[in-house]
Amino acid sequence: MLAIEVERLRKQFKVQKNREGLKGALLDLFKREYTEVTAVKDISFRIPQGEICGYIGENGAGKSTTIKMLTGILVPTSGKILVNGYVPYKDRETFVQGIGVVFGQRSQLWWDIGVIESFRLLRKVYRVDERDFKRRLDELVETLQLGDLLNRPVRKLSLGQRMRCELVAALLHNPSILFLDEPTIGLDIVVKTEIREFLKRLNREHGTTILLTTHDLQDIEALCSRVIMLDDGNIIYDGSLEELKSRWSKGREVQFQFSDPVSLQALSALTAGQGVRWTKENEMTAKVWIPREMNVSDVLSRVVGAMEISDIKIFETNTDEIVREIYRTGGSEKTAEAENGEALPAMAGADSRD
Amino acid sequence: MISAYVDFIRIRFLTMLAYRVNYYSGIVIYAINIGAYYFMWKAIYGDAEQLGGFTAGQMTTYVAVSWMARAFYFNNLDREISNDIRDGSVAVQMTRPYSYIMVKMMQGFGEGLFRLLLFMAPGMVVVTLIFPIELPTDPVLWMIFLVMIWFSFLINSQINVMTGLFAFFVENNEGLMRMKRVTVDLLSGVVVPIAFFPGWASEVLKWLPFQAITYLPGSVFTGRIAGSAVWEALLVQAAWFVALIAPIALMWRAARKRLFVQGG
Repeated sequence: MLAIEVERLRKQFKVQKNREGLKGALLDLFKREYTEVTAVKDISFRIPQGEICGYIGENGAGKSTTIKMLTGILVPTSGKILVNGYVPYKDRETFVQGIGVVFGQRSQLWWDIGVIESFRLLRKVYRVDERDFKRRLDELVETLQLGDLLNRPVRKLSLGQRMRCELVAALLHNPSILFLDEPTIGLDIVVKTEIREFLKRLNREHGTTILLTTHDLQDIEALCSRVIMLDDGNIIYDGSLEELKSRWSKGREVQFQFSDPVSLQALSALTAGQGVRWTKENEMTAKVWIPREMNVSDVLSRVVGAMEISDIKIFETNTDEIVREIYRTGGSEKTAEAENGEALPAMAGADSRD
Repeated sequence: MISAYVDFIRIRFLTMLAYRVNYYSGIVIYAINIGAYYFMWKAIYGDAEQLGGFTAGQMTTYVAVSWMARAFYFNNLDREISNDIRDGSVAVQMTRPYSYIMVKMMQGFGEGLFRLLLFMAPGMVVVTLIFPIELPTDPVLWMIFLVMIWFSFLINSQINVMTGLFAFFVENNEGLMRMKRVTVDLLSGVVVPIAFFPGWASEVLKWLPFQAITYLPGSVFTGRIAGSAVWEALLVQAAWFVALIAPIALMWRAARKRLFVQGG
């Protein structure tokens, strides 16, 4: 069954234009001018139950607007949305019983009262049975290690502690879909990892469908089986992360640490005819770029047979760079062109991978 | 669900209690306000027996009572709602299975209860010791007064909710909120009883909701309105409460279509 179904969804905003100068300001007093901005342009996608889907895009690409339409906050300008079988903005109060929402930049807990008070209040708001609530809370508190935080007021929590509490707050009523809008923003790497582990477990054990927006592609790599990429209100990619990588990754780099000084000519001669490109880092270190369609082992076997090697590292283009490249070129068509013939972007800072 | 709404009242009450300095200064502020009005009216009356149909004694009581009512009906819902809208946190509220406006009303009620019980009651004790205030002894009148300030709370909060919701439609409703605050204090009869307005003005005010907030309950409680006129006053309040439901519902619906969540 589908958890989310979106068809030709569009959202337009009227944005007030402020005219310049005193005269403009006076004119504005009497007659406002507006510009129409289309934040989401007729997008369609379907997300089956139990999937973890990453929703990525630059700032202002329309991610948050989509999430807000999916959660019933915004009313779409046109198009069809079905989430959990409901039209979100129409049956809002019934619909939100079945979803959980976390906005990374916005707290949903009550600032002045203890965390546990917030949870108790949410129990009543969502009409959760006392026994279910107890069981669920114990489970969540244990997996997220919140034990000693429960009695503190929210304003005295650190961001990481608060975010874990936000997750509990969004999950107390056991929603079948969880929306996360930048859940790991501003968190340190330890908390990020904890939250990712928690989400994976939630998806595995409860089958919760998760849709998350993020700027941190490691979230996507750790969690998502599927990625939807948005640019300027349009979907520019919808598919698996693996495919995204293989479609846009432009090859790999292998770094050799030799035992003796080497020359570029000697190395190029070794791999002649393979279409690879060598660069020298220093006296004893050199890198070779290998196109995606070629086997790394073909190159390795030639080099290893001829030279004394002390260390080898293989660099895969990481998702960050792929995505940056897609944003830069603005979508799939242009990227395809760029691939034929244009120079490879620098791969400095690439993750090392074995 | 009702228990959740009751919890919002309870939690607001507890939150208010948590800020103790506010609490003590609040009692002092209410006593000072009543005192200031008492001396002002004393100076205005001078040797006069009666002004605008009020004896000096009735006026003192009216001032004390209207402040008591104000303690209960006054709240900052307009500011809270407008802040929620402007910083975008109204978005979070919309992901909850409750009515945002109902929750706000409940929070306002918690605040009103807090002020009534913990500012006004002790404030009144202090004030009755210092100034010559005659409170009615008839328990029925007290009951009616409680019902009437309940309506005062509802009507005033409805006006606040509408003022707050304007933040959806204009970029900045600060000026509107100030205007509303002055208007309510002046036209509801806290500053000057409506009987003191010139004839044409009090005629106009009879057709506005503001008099239902302070003037009617104050007049009933001080005995200026008595007999069957009491029920009429109550009916006017109830009518305004019902009449104000529709514009709020319309504003809320229009607002949801225009909702532009600020800050992304």
